[in-house]
Amino acid sequence: MLSSRALVRGLQCGLWRRVSTSSGAWAAHSHDVDMIDCSVPQYNNRLDTPLPDVPFVRNLNPEQKKLKEKENGPWTQLTKEEKLAIYRLTHELSYPEMRKGSKEWMTVLGGVFFFLGFTGLLVWWQRVYVYGDVPHTLSPEWVEQQTQRMIDMRVNPVHGFSHKWDYEKKQWK
Amino acid sequence: MTMSLTKPAMRGLLAKRLRFHLPIAFGLSLIAAIAFKYAVTEPRNKAYADFYKQYDATKEFNAMKEAGIFESVRPSGE
Repeated sequence: MLSSRALVRGLQCGLWRRVSTSSGAWAAHSHDVDMIDCSVPQYNNRLDTPLPDVPFVRNLNPEQKKLKEKENGPWTQLTKEEKLAIYRLTHELSYPEMRKGSKEWMTVLGGVFFFLGFTGLLVWWQRVYVYGDVPHTLSPEWVEQQTQRMIDMRVNPVHGFSHKWDYEKKQWK
Repeated sequence: MTMSLTKPAMRGLLAKRLRFHLPIAFGLSLIAAIAFKYAVTEPRNKAYADFYKQYDATKEFNAMKEAGIFESVRPSGE
């Protein structure tokens, strides 16, 4: 049981690492490195900044450089694919892609429920092994005498307690 | 892109929203208050009125006295 719980937690850690790493870091490095140089302008995918500070692809390979040269000429000579390629050089995600959202909320909710359940187990153990005895006023005999006294006193006779007691037949209605 | 788009509304946005939503808000609140009055307070007042219409205080007092809950007046047996 413990090993399966550790397995789930390991899976969740892996998922979080993939989800939380920024897209700029993914593009700049081909391996898992979380270091980003924050002293230089960075690329960002944000709905409120349509033109980020730097283009998405900084280091162009030769054919990308050729495309950039062609971009300096009249744009009517660019094919549709070339225009899209130029867009993708400067931007990583389009607006619909940015707005798409993910299924992260399922992970979050699952994690929340999991830890709530675990906390429930701890609380249960605490109730059984840490707490002392319950007061004697909650024993059945005491509660019986208490109920009888409440009925005698006519507690809440209009809507509540004594309203539900039938005083003629001496039983609950 | 030669046709020009219509200029969007730049002012009075809050006023327009309030003109639409305030009557609805007041109306719903009024309905809620009226519904509460007739669903909750009217039955409650009626229940209390009916209870006290048939209430004999002396009989109830004697019943309670015999049950022995009072400290100043003990049951007739003692």
